[in-house]
Amino acid sequence: MSRSALTGTRIRERRTLEGIKQADLARTVEISPAYLNLIEHNRRRIGGKLLIDIARALNIEPSALTEGAEAPLMEGLQDAASKMPQQKDAGGKVAPAPETARSEEFAGRFPGWAALVVEQRDRITALERRVEALNDRLAHDPFLSDSLHEVLSTVTAIRSTAGILNNAGEIDRDWQARFHRNLYEDSQRLAQGSQALVSYLDSVGKSEDTLSSPLEEVEAWLADRDFFLHELEQGQMPDIMDAPALRSASAKQLARRWVLRARAEAEKMPLSMVEAVVTEQGPDPAALAQTAGVDLPAAMRRLASMPAGGSFPPIGLAMCDGSGALIYRKPLDGFAPPRFGAACPLWPLYQALLRPMVPIRRVLEQHGQPPRRFLAYAIAQPLKPTSFEGPEIVEATMLFIPLDRIDLTPRENEVLGVGTSCRVCARTNCLARREPSLVLEEPEEG
Amino acid sequence: MGKRVLLIEDEPNIIEAIRFILSRDGWTVEVHSDGASAVDAVDRKQPDIVILDVMLPNKSGFDILRDLRAAPEHAARPVLMLTARGQKKDRDMAEAAGVSHFMTKPFSNSEMLDVVRGLAQQPTDGGDA
Repeated sequence: MSRSALTGTRIRERRTLEGIKQADLARTVEISPAYLNLIEHNRRRIGGKLLIDIARALNIEPSALTEGAEAPLMEGLQDAASKMPQQKDAGGKVAPAPETARSEEFAGRFPGWAALVVEQRDRITALERRVEALNDRLAHDPFLSDSLHEVLSTVTAIRSTAGILNNAGEIDRDWQARFHRNLYEDSQRLAQGSQALVSYLDSVGKSEDTLSSPLEEVEAWLADRDFFLHELEQGQMPDIMDAPALRSASAKQLARRWVLRARAEAEKMPLSMVEAVVTEQGPDPAALAQTAGVDLPAAMRRLASMPAGGSFPPIGLAMCDGSGALIYRKPLDGFAPPRFGAACPLWPLYQALLRPMVPIRRVLEQHGQPPRRFLAYAIAQPLKPTSFEGPEIVEATMLFIPLDRIDLTPRENEVLGVGTSCRVCARTNCLARREPSLVLEEPEEG
Repeated sequence: MGKRVLLIEDEPNIIEAIRFILSRDGWTVEVHSDGASAVDAVDRKQPDIVILDVMLPNKSGFDILRDLRAAPEHAARPVLMLTARGQKKDRDMAEAAGVSHFMTKPFSNSEMLDVVRGLAQQPTDGGDA
């Protein structure tokens, strides 16, 4: 198993936290201070006995030095690199591409700069989406199109009429009066039309709903609350209307729909019941569904909405509709559904869509540094129809739990390798690959 | 009798201004304001030049132009198209439909006169946008 190149950074952080001098730690583990310095700056890889010795000297488990919380940062960097267009300088020379093979080293040596790159990637993406939304609005918004047409038509009439009055020489008195009246009417129309247009554009400018989608606002709101809405446990509703993270009306509407369903599920599966099931049988959605008499997706959603820590392991959740579009994302460290674009088609979430009502349970290995394993449960089922005439709507749900937090040792041939999305996935020879990866060190064959 | 223009436009004050300018220049100006019956109006009146607005009630100027060009008797008739939408794709669409000249609102009176006079001097066996 390859170790994260950020191990050195963690060693340095931990040593500083413990108040141990670099020279003292080097002496304790019997290496030179210069070599330790190289390790701490991620210039030398570390493993085996030396890693164990350093961890012991720092009073920490070796795994804590090799497995960090940098997965989102690394994925962000890879994604930022994948979106960089090929650029040429003034002399027509192609600018060098990001060294994606060294992104871990970059993040390890310059974590602040790396975080800035990812933050700017997020901001650029948000701004691009806003430009796209405004472009779309300019091209297709019927109100804007009609208003602009009205203003331009009125300006045309005013310009022609004023031109006639100014340049056409002698004009009959009746025609003069008519043109003056026309000018007056058109100036009134122009004032009203332009005022309405300005008000409309002003409201568009103030609206934040083009910066992020309603779903992203709901996810940000839930993430702020660690995906646990404690009010629901007392049968109450959380404050949606005044939540700062829920800016748009659409997001509030979406959040309300989510909360109403979560409240109904909290009533059927009280916290004490979920705790008892998890304590006795582990975080198994089938056990909870059977105990509470609910369907599997409801049990999965309820498990994923439990407070982190205590008797509950970290539990992630992804949901998609029949088109495969993700409609809910609760990420975990090492398993983050993509914010933009399509996810890995190998996820049991999508396999479940092929066989509605058939539960799937798989151990997944998320490609990464280091690879992380998860136990995933997935099922797709039709939503309750409101009439016999309506179309059949399917929703798939997938729960995932870090394998090291549950008592399960899978056989190696049962482990399914997956990724996040093709662009940032380094799995080789993947039959499900849609597009080339930007992080593959060697080209794929075939 | 001077040459005849059929103005297909639905804005009353634009109609009044264009009618005045062209009439003073010796043109006979007739007006039609409905898109759906515009081709019939051209059939009936057989104008020397058609001035055609894009945004009309019931049928767009682009569709009217396509219908006119599909009819042999109107295939070469000069058509000046007026639009508040000056985007390239609109211009391309007008050219593809066979427009003789494409003018973006707002335009000046002299510009309108120059174009109409120019179209009147063109041979009627083909258009030039």
